[in-house]
Amino acid sequence: MAKEWPLWEVFIRSKQGLNHKHVGSLRAADSQMALENARDVYTRRSEGISIWVVESNSVHANDPADADAYFEPSDTKIYRHPTFYDVPDGVKHM
Amino acid sequence: MKNLSNEELEKRFQEKIDKDIKIEPNDWMPDAYRKSLIRQISQHAHSEVVGMLPEGNWITRAPNLRRKAVLLAKVQDEAGHGLYLYSACETLGANREQTIDDMHEGKAKYSSIFNYPAVTWADMGAVGWLVDGAAIMNQVALCRTSYGPYARAMVKICKEESFHQRQGYEILTTLCRGTPQQKAMAQDALNRFWWPSLMMFGPSDAESPNSEQSIRWKIKRFTNDELRQQFVDASVPQADILGLTIPDNNLKWNEERQHYDFGEINWDEFWQVLEGNGPCNKERINARKAAKENGEWVRNAALAFAEKRALRKTA
Ligand SMILES: [Fe+2]
Ligand SMILES: [Fe+2]
Repeated sequence: MAKEWPLWEVFIRSKQGLNHKHVGSLRAADSQMALENARDVYTRRSEGISIWVVESNSVHANDPADADAYFEPSDTKIYRHPTFYDVPDGVKHM
Repeated sequence: MKNLSNEELEKRFQEKIDKDIKIEPNDWMPDAYRKSLIRQISQHAHSEVVGMLPEGNWITRAPNLRRKAVLLAKVQDEAGHGLYLYSACETLGANREQTIDDMHEGKAKYSSIFNYPAVTWADMGAVGWLVDGAAIMNQVALCRTSYGPYARAMVKICKEESFHQRQGYEILTTLCRGTPQQKAMAQDALNRFWWPSLMMFGPSDAESPNSEQSIRWKIKRFTNDELRQQFVDASVPQADILGLTIPDNNLKWNEERQHYDFGEINWDEFWQVLEGNGPCNKERINARKAAKENGEWVRNAALAFAEKRALRKTA
């Protein structure tokens, strides 16, 4: 089988002021072709004003099988939330 | 989590499904779930791509510039749908080129509707109205499928599909308001496409061995027969408005069921076409093979060019 074009992840900013969001992936020989293909398949109806493409093998992720333990520190620190604190009745603007 | 038995993993997997929690690419999943999805998503992708052939044939023959621009945009959308689906399939570890070769070798199917020829302009109307209509019915149901990337692809596809059916219905509306010959052409297209469109929903539930497990895993959310009934119920009033007659003597409203009853599908024809003996099976596969083979030097050249440019940058 012939060598395949690399896989790219596509991120699109839908309008000024919003962040780029992952929308899918595609194959392309290089970054320029990846950008043009992304424009043609992911923004045919004005879905975007800016595109990022990142080669899929550059994306590193945590292991979902360990997600419970991995994110445990953020679940146990309830004092990070404002509702943890008692504030006397009548206190305003807080 | 790492050292759980297969049995325990499967139990937790089913619990997630039951709670409507989506499954994402790197999550643990049973092999059979993965295989089932690869089969279904790749067949879906092949259908989008092969589906471009009968309509592509009419782009240069469209009756005016407006119709031509619309048909071109629709066919371009179908190419995009194929791409979203191949990408979703790749997230499951499937090799895209291999799935395509499987179709070319007859090991993977695509929707049998595309093995019927589109012989008149009215067929572009019937295809948009009925074939895209049936596809939409199926795809709307799949927006809630349990595998995240498949569900997201479906949401995007459904948004794009909505004009496909309307443009087809508009073609038929225009023909039905035209000369008697034009109206006859519309009726002829409906006569040929009605039954194959009903077949698009697949074998009846009794003959559909994978269906039950697919429903349990929420890959499918409705059975073939449920979706087929929905389609008939939606299409009958639409045919009435066109002033066209659906070619089924047994079609009638059932007050008790609150659904239309309809005649028996010719399942022999369905299986024949699926096995490769439809009017256009060979033509379609040959066209897809030729596209892959004739484009190979272009893909290789693009890769060689990219490699050369990358080298020059580092030098
Ligand atoms: Fe489509
Ligand atoms: Fe479509």
